[in-house]
Amino acid sequence: MSKARRRNAGGDLVGSGGAGALVLPAAAVITVFLVVPALWTLYLGLTDRRLTGIEAADPQFVGLENYRNALDDSSFWNSLKVTAAFVFGSAIIGQAVLGFMLAWTFRNWQSWVRRALELLVVVAWIVPGSVVAFLWIAFLDGESGTLNAILGVFGLGDTEWLLDRPLLSIIVFNTWRGTAFSMLLFGAALNSLPPSYLETSQLAGASVRQQLTGVVLPSIKGYILTNLLLISLWTFNDFGPFLLTGGGPGDATEVLPVYIYREAIRFSEIGYGAAISAIMLVINLIIALGYLRAGRSRA
Amino acid sequence: MKPFVHRVLFAGSASLVGAFFALPMLWLVFAPFDESPSLSAAVPRPPTLSNFGDLFDNPQVLRSLGNSLLLVGGVVGLVLIVGAPAAYVLSRIRFPGRNLFLYMLLLLSSVITGAAAIVPLYLLIFGLNLIDSFSGVTLALAGGMLPASIFILKDFTDSIPRSYEESARVFGASTFQALRDVVFPVVRPGLAVIAVWTAVQVWGNFLVPFILLRTPDKSPAAVLMYSFYTEGGQPNLRLISAFSLLYTVPILVLYIFVNRRYGFRFHGGIKR
Repeated sequence: MSKARRRNAGGDLVGSGGAGALVLPAAAVITVFLVVPALWTLYLGLTDRRLTGIEAADPQFVGLENYRNALDDSSFWNSLKVTAAFVFGSAIIGQAVLGFMLAWTFRNWQSWVRRALELLVVVAWIVPGSVVAFLWIAFLDGESGTLNAILGVFGLGDTEWLLDRPLLSIIVFNTWRGTAFSMLLFGAALNSLPPSYLETSQLAGASVRQQLTGVVLPSIKGYILTNLLLISLWTFNDFGPFLLTGGGPGDATEVLPVYIYREAIRFSEIGYGAAISAIMLVINLIIALGYLRAGRSRA
Repeated sequence: MKPFVHRVLFAGSASLVGAFFALPMLWLVFAPFDESPSLSAAVPRPPTLSNFGDLFDNPQVLRSLGNSLLLVGGVVGLVLIVGAPAAYVLSRIRFPGRNLFLYMLLLLSSVITGAAAIVPLYLLIFGLNLIDSFSGVTLALAGGMLPASIFILKDFTDSIPRSYEESARVFGASTFQALRDVVFPVVRPGLAVIAVWTAVQVWGNFLVPFILLRTPDKSPAAVLMYSFYTEGGQPNLRLISAFSLLYTVPILVLYIFVNRRYGFRFHGGIKR
C-alpha cells in the first residue's frame, strides 16, 4: 500500500477535524480529572491550606515546611514502613509467587478441579471490597471465627488475629484478594511459550527446577517484571486495609493511603495531606516509568 | 521419582490452596440463610429466606443498591461514549504527537491512581462544588478509568483490518453507516469487556463515594455495607449477611457471563 493511500485510508472515515472532535472529550475529561488535580496537589503541598477557617480562604505559601514536618513525624515513618511491608509481603511475595505457582500448576491440567480452583481465586478478586473485608473480619474473629475454629482442632486457635497480628492479617488478606491477577497474567505468559521449549528440556532430563530457572523464567522475564510493577503500584495505592482494620490497632496497619485519609480528610490538614500525596505521586512515577520501560524493551 | 508420593503431595497442596480461597467465602454462602447467624460459618438448620424478607423491608438497603446502579450506569456510559471514539481515532489516524499522547495517557493514569489521587480529587470536586453529588462521583470515577479503557479499546480496534471500512466506503456507505454497520459490530466484544470491567470497579468502589458523598441517603452499597459493620453497637448479622449476598451476586453473575461469552484477555502493555 502506498504511503498516500494509507494516509487516505485513515482520513477516509473521519477527517482530521473530525478526529480532533472525537478525541477532545476524552482529553478534556482526563485533563480535568487527572492532570489538573495532580498539579494542584503539588502546589498545595507548599501551602498551609486547610479545609475550613482562615487557612481555607487565604492559604499562605509555606515552602517545604509540610515536607519537613512529614520527615519529623514518626507516624509518617511508621506508615512508610507498614506500607513497604504490606507491598512486599502481599504483592511481591504473596500474589506474585502464589499466582505463578497456580498458573504453573494449571498450565496443562484440564479437569473440573482446576476450573473450580481457578473460579475460587477469581471470585475472591471480583467480590466487592467492603463485603470481602467483612468476610475476613468474620473469618479472623478470635472467638467465633472459622480460622480459629479450625486451628482449635490442633489445640491452637486463641489468637485474636486482627489485634495480635494485624500486619500479617492485612498481608494475607490482600494476597487472597489479589492473586487472581497474577495467576491470569502468568497463565497468559506461559501460554505464549512455544511448547517445544519445555518438551526439549524435558527430553534432556531437566528437573522442574531446572526447567523453571533455565527455560521458563528467563523467557517470561518481561511478563514477570510487568506484573511485579503493576501489582506493586496497585498495592501501594490500595485503601483496602482501611476496610479491615481502619488502620489500627493504634497505627499498626496505617498504610500511607490511610495516613493521608486521616490527615487530609479527617483532620482537614489539606496542605500537609497534599504534601504526602505528592510523595506518593513521585513513588508512583518511579514505579510507572520502570513499568513503561520494561514494556518497551520487550516490544 | 515416586509417583504415588508425588500425587499425594500434589493433592495435598491443591486442597490447601482451595481451602485458603474457599474458607473465608463460606460465611457468605451460609450466614444469609441462617435464622440467627454468628460470625462462624455453619450450615444453617433449617435454611431460611427470612433474612432477605427483612432486607427488602429496609429502605436504606434498596436505595443504596439503586445508588450503586446509578453510578455504574453513569460511569460505564461516560467511559464508552467518550472513550470509544477517542480509541477509534487513536487507532486509525496518525496525527503528530499521537505516540506522545498515548504514552502520557498510560503514564498519568498509572501515576495518579488510587489513594494518591484522593486529595487531588477531593479538592477538585470541592472546588467544582460537586461534593455530595452523584455527578461528582461519576466524573471522578470515569476520569480514573478512561485512560486504561481507551488503551484496551484501541488495541481491539487495531486488530480489525482497515480494509473492512475501506470496502464499505467503496460500496458507497456513508461515514456513519460504515461506523455503525462495520466498525461497531466488530469492536462490540471490546466494548462489552470494557463495560463489565468498569462496572465491576465502580460497583465495588468504596473510597471515592466514601470521600465525596456526605448524605447517608446517597451512599452506594459499598459505603452502606461498611457503615453497617462499623457503626457502634452489635452489628446486625442477619442484615449484613443477606445484604452482602444480594450485593455480590449481580456483579459475579455479570462477570462470569461476559467472561464465558467474550473471555477476558490481556491487552496493551500487558499482552498481545
